[in-house]
Amino acid sequence: MKKNNYILKGGRVIDPKQNIDKVMDVGIQNGKFANSETIKDAEIINVSGLIISPGFIDMHVHLRQPGGNHKETIKTGTRAAAAGGFTSLVAMPNTNPAADSTATIEYIRTHTRDDGVVKVYPSGAMTKGGNGKQMASIGSLKEAGVVALTDDGHCIQNFEIMKNIVEYSKTFNLPILDHCEDEDQFTGGVMHKGYWSTVLGMKGIPNTSEALMIARNIMISRDTDWDIHMQHISAKESVDLLRDAQAKGVRVTAEVTPHHISLTDENIKYYDTNYKMNPPLASEEDRLSLIEGLRDGTISVIATDHAPHSETEKLVEFNYAPFGIIGLETAVSVCLTELYHKEVLNISDFISKFTKGPADVLKMEKLGTIIEGKDADITILDLNKEHTICKKSFYSLARNTPFDGYKAKGKAVATIVDGGFIYSELNDIVGSIQK
Amino acid sequence: MDHIWKKKDLLSLYDLNADEITEILDTAEEFKKVNQRNVKKVPALRGKTIVNFFVEPSTRTILSFELAEKRLSADTINISASTSSLKKGETLLDTVRNIEAMQVDLVVIRHSAPGAADFLAKNLNVGVINAGDGAHSHPTQGLLDIFTMREKKGSIKGLNVSIIGDILHGRVARSNIWGLLKLGANVTICGPRTLVPREFEQIGVRVCDKIQDALEGADVVNMLRIQQERQEGGFFPSTAEYSKYFALNKRTIKYLSPDALIMHPGPINRGVELDSEIADGPQSVILEQVTNGLAVRMGVLYLITGFLNNEKK
Ligand SMILES: [Zn+2]
Repeated sequence: MKKNNYILKGGRVIDPKQNIDKVMDVGIQNGKFANSETIKDAEIINVSGLIISPGFIDMHVHLRQPGGNHKETIKTGTRAAAAGGFTSLVAMPNTNPAADSTATIEYIRTHTRDDGVVKVYPSGAMTKGGNGKQMASIGSLKEAGVVALTDDGHCIQNFEIMKNIVEYSKTFNLPILDHCEDEDQFTGGVMHKGYWSTVLGMKGIPNTSEALMIARNIMISRDTDWDIHMQHISAKESVDLLRDAQAKGVRVTAEVTPHHISLTDENIKYYDTNYKMNPPLASEEDRLSLIEGLRDGTISVIATDHAPHSETEKLVEFNYAPFGIIGLETAVSVCLTELYHKEVLNISDFISKFTKGPADVLKMEKLGTIIEGKDADITILDLNKEHTICKKSFYSLARNTPFDGYKAKGKAVATIVDGGFIYSELNDIVGSIQK
Repeated sequence: MDHIWKKKDLLSLYDLNADEITEILDTAEEFKKVNQRNVKKVPALRGKTIVNFFVEPSTRTILSFELAEKRLSADTINISASTSSLKKGETLLDTVRNIEAMQVDLVVIRHSAPGAADFLAKNLNVGVINAGDGAHSHPTQGLLDIFTMREKKGSIKGLNVSIIGDILHGRVARSNIWGLLKLGANVTICGPRTLVPREFEQIGVRVCDKIQDALEGADVVNMLRIQQERQEGGFFPSTAEYSKYFALNKRTIKYLSPDALIMHPGPINRGVELDSEIADGPQSVILEQVTNGLAVRMGVLYLITGFLNNEKK
């Protein structure tokens, strides 16, 4: 149900970008934020007791379309996002074909327009086909509408190639997002190298696989004076390197996933492939250092790395299962439980990781904040709603989650995009997405 | 008779407690007596069907399992990766589901992927015995080693056991370590640091660099097979250098007490990790391990089918 003019009344509005945290009314007119006092014939929607936030951004999502439509599509992935409280996504380019050309970017934009219910911002591949070697047509990609560049899923191994791409991207004002992995150390590994890989007899991936490339990227960022954002960091060493680099003014940022701050390699002891992802779940010491990184600001973004796979792909021997789990429909609940309710982050800092944090990395000034006249994208949170995560009810095409049965406190209870309620658990308001 | 054993699967010794391990050893002792009789066959598993599914090739272990099954009067079938539908691209789970659908009672699985047996056990009703899954576990090997130690030394508690060689890639080492620790032994592991994960110190295993330190004071020394491919993997420079520092030979055996047992899971690389004379010498119990392996596997099969029978009642 799309309402044209209405006022969200009595909610606690939190917009970290503008340092807003107060109970106030929010007006929406024709899909845009508007002054609540001047809207004519506005319907009143009572949201007292709830948090009104700028729409949440997930800057690390694998929508799988084109090429992986049996895992997820733009249609199902954006519905999963809506149900999870996200209004904007950054789509990773490791599709088939890879998003390395204007044609594929155009394809993604068209399908988003036709089938999508939230905003999808495509990212482009740094290299042709994501091959890690030849630079993609970065200028043309920018013109086609990409918001960032990444070879996610892989990491460019050659220093010179990476440095050239970073410099070239600066010409076009495009931020770099990097999946940090040293392939020599990574190859053959299926889980974090440590106590549990030793016990389980599985080939481990050492923390230094990620940290080595973080160190490299710090040097490239310093030498080029350009922004590099480290995707899904998992290791204590990575947090330590980034903290030091940021203190010296190097333009590096980082994101962490909900699973890396809530789970560890011990979860793998029963060989459940829903705990297999890349980078792998690390030790308790790593988990605590990631949480510390969120607390002290070293890590400014929470992103899901939503990586759908079909049930048959995952129901195999651990060694042979693909890496990755889904996260769009569990992230907000898991993070509210693990970070807000465990007093790691206050609610304003929590919201910042999903709004101001990613918007700053993406250099999108109008995103993740409430500005009169701009798109009314809103996430409404009920901080105390207790519920049990049930994968059967997901909108995603995939079910590969380790959080089935997780008892959560706090939830995104409504999602508004361009002023329309697309998802709602509020009384009297029906969201527009249906299964 | 009421058994302590209440499991449909044997996956690893990590999953077992001391009482369960002891019950298997005690049961195996009875079957060892059967194996020494003139008529070696007992009807315990008559009417049971067991599939030995060896996705990773093996000769000794499959022979031992098959003999154990036949001496218990079970009907057995052996299939390998090349004779199964895995070759046609069927998943492991589907292949074993099809086996299960033919009312098979037990599947004995050997597979190169760690956790393969756990994966099948969780997703199927049929009983699963792990006959080796990658570097993870080989519980009947661990049990037969411990059986041999107990038989010769009377008790495992307080026994000093040194395991020497490639611990990192070794399922035999992992199985021994868990079983021995649960029964109260003191475990030492030794080898080049590239093949001996320090993480085992966290569970109370002593780790040492010098073979002399591992041999002195040991009641049992278990020499593991060193594989040529580890040299190619860059874990040590050459088998010659490996032997120089980590083999049990004429030079190093002087550190070992004459009462100590020498074990090896086979097949031996004679002259690499173990000198021929020592392998065939008075302290060696290597062939008795093989004999005991049969009894231990009979004990495991007997306890698991006993549990499955009770479940069906
Ligand atoms: Zn990635």
